[in-house]
Amino acid sequence: MKIAVCIKRVPDSETRVKIAADGKSLDETGGGVKFVLNPYDEFAVEEALRRKEKAGAGEVAVLCLGPAAAQETIRTALAMGADRGVLLQVEKIPVDPFEVAKVIAAELKSTIWDLILFGRMAIDDYNTQVGSLVAELLGLPCVTAVSHLDIEGTKGVAEREIEGGIEVVDFPLPAVLTVDKGLNEPRYPALKGIMAAKKKPLDVKPVQPGGGALEVMALTPPPERKEGKIVGEGAGAVGELVRLLREEAKVL
Amino acid sequence: MTTLAVLEQRDGVLRKISYEVVTGAQRLGGSVEAVVCAPAQVQGADQVGKFGADKIVTLTNPAFVKYAPEACAQALAERAKQGGYRTLVFAASATGKDLAPRVAAKLGVGVAADLTDLAADGSGLVVTRPVYAGKALMKVKVTAHPAVLSLRPNVFTAVERPKAGAAETVAVNVPPGGGRVIVREIKAAPAGTLDVAEAQVIISGGRGLKEPANFKVLEELARAFGGKAAVGASRAVVDAGWRAHADQVGQTGKTVSPSLYIAVGISGAIQHLAGMRTSKVIVAINKDKDAPIFKVADYGVVGDLFEIVPKLTEEIRKLHG
Repeated sequence: MKIAVCIKRVPDSETRVKIAADGKSLDETGGGVKFVLNPYDEFAVEEALRRKEKAGAGEVAVLCLGPAAAQETIRTALAMGADRGVLLQVEKIPVDPFEVAKVIAAELKSTIWDLILFGRMAIDDYNTQVGSLVAELLGLPCVTAVSHLDIEGTKGVAEREIEGGIEVVDFPLPAVLTVDKGLNEPRYPALKGIMAAKKKPLDVKPVQPGGGALEVMALTPPPERKEGKIVGEGAGAVGELVRLLREEAKVL
Repeated sequence: MTTLAVLEQRDGVLRKISYEVVTGAQRLGGSVEAVVCAPAQVQGADQVGKFGADKIVTLTNPAFVKYAPEACAQALAERAKQGGYRTLVFAASATGKDLAPRVAAKLGVGVAADLTDLAADGSGLVVTRPVYAGKALMKVKVTAHPAVLSLRPNVFTAVERPKAGAAETVAVNVPPGGGRVIVREIKAAPAGTLDVAEAQVIISGGRGLKEPANFKVLEELARAFGGKAAVGASRAVVDAGWRAHADQVGQTGKTVSPSLYIAVGISGAIQHLAGMRTSKVIVAINKDKDAPIFKVADYGVVGDLFEIVPKLTEEIRKLHG
């Protein structure tokens, strides 16, 4: 099995968001922002490793579009067990996901992959689409938000959560899948893996994405929620709570 | 200037979120054409005019009996190319998140996704999208042509207006066999279970519930709301296997914006807040008065949830009784 996993370096969800002086981007200076491998991409890396292990042969390549510092993110995936990494190096990740997809698709198209895996979404920009866009650009079948997967030969069956149920989807390989939580339990890199990762091949290729059709005008903190109030303590406060929900908030 | 509002149907019935999409599309001014892929005329299509669509077009093909990703994408992209719409609006629902990028890519653009606000701005569009777990709002100018947008569910409250729309049915061709990616079946959740993504009221439980069986106190409260409420869960209890991932609210679960969100025994980690901070009214019930959830809650009650929640259930039953 030849599998490509597309990953992203993102700020950890616990990061305190400080807006840069330009009023349009995240302030990454001063080491205040901790970057991690996007959590959904961990499921993708794990799934690729399991598929390769099950097949008994193959390759797991990790592809990342990002700044030079994203090498560290790729090393995390290599430490989990991926075989090699490619960094499509940019100074800044384009805001327009279509530009991201074009660069990734251009890199992937020279190889025939059995599977191309993505996380369902990145937890920084919530775009939830790069995998689907890449699949269209490559003309490959695509299933998104996969939370269960069976593959026999070149036939796959995936499950994806929808509102009020689960869709069971048939698809042929090769395919692009974007994966959801629940698919597997990602492994932690062991010390041996971390040591081995340092020696695995990591290609750095500078790329020049286009400008795209989305332009950030401003990045602002969300409106402060109006200061709430503690209605009271214990079951005795319930009467007043219900009154406030009816008369003040008008939601009952 | 016409906006194409892409509606959703399941089992031949228009989904409620479709009306939100029409309402959102209306904000851009100009006329709104609504479109839905279905095997035949759908129930509810005659209501779309009332929500502001000037016309509803049903693209029909037997392949559309279940969601057919490739066939729908092809049909919609062809329609979009022929119609020359300035903007396409989808819901950022499970289906919309799958479908919008497929259509967008065929039109050579990306999706401005999961919007909480949008407005026409001269020759372009300015949209707002929550980023970084909802800790920032990104205002984005969209110059793509067409612009493809998806709207966060429950944010664009559907507004009825006295207006009828024209209706049109067009049979369309789809790829052989309906495409390569085929939805074989839908395993439905048990009858009467409302999805957290669609509920007007959500009662979510966390570790404070102490054990899985105790979620029944939340289920009883949900029932007291008479079919409007769903039970959600924090990541901690989903990871512990107490509740299904489908119920998880938060960064690695669902993003919800109900009218009323009641967080019970949930401390309020940032990853949970990411999924529910756009709720209209938030109530927190927690024994720890310093829990971060009280910082985002409009109303808080401090104390033992096993005393407070049953009392609340009783009061709500009285109101709905």
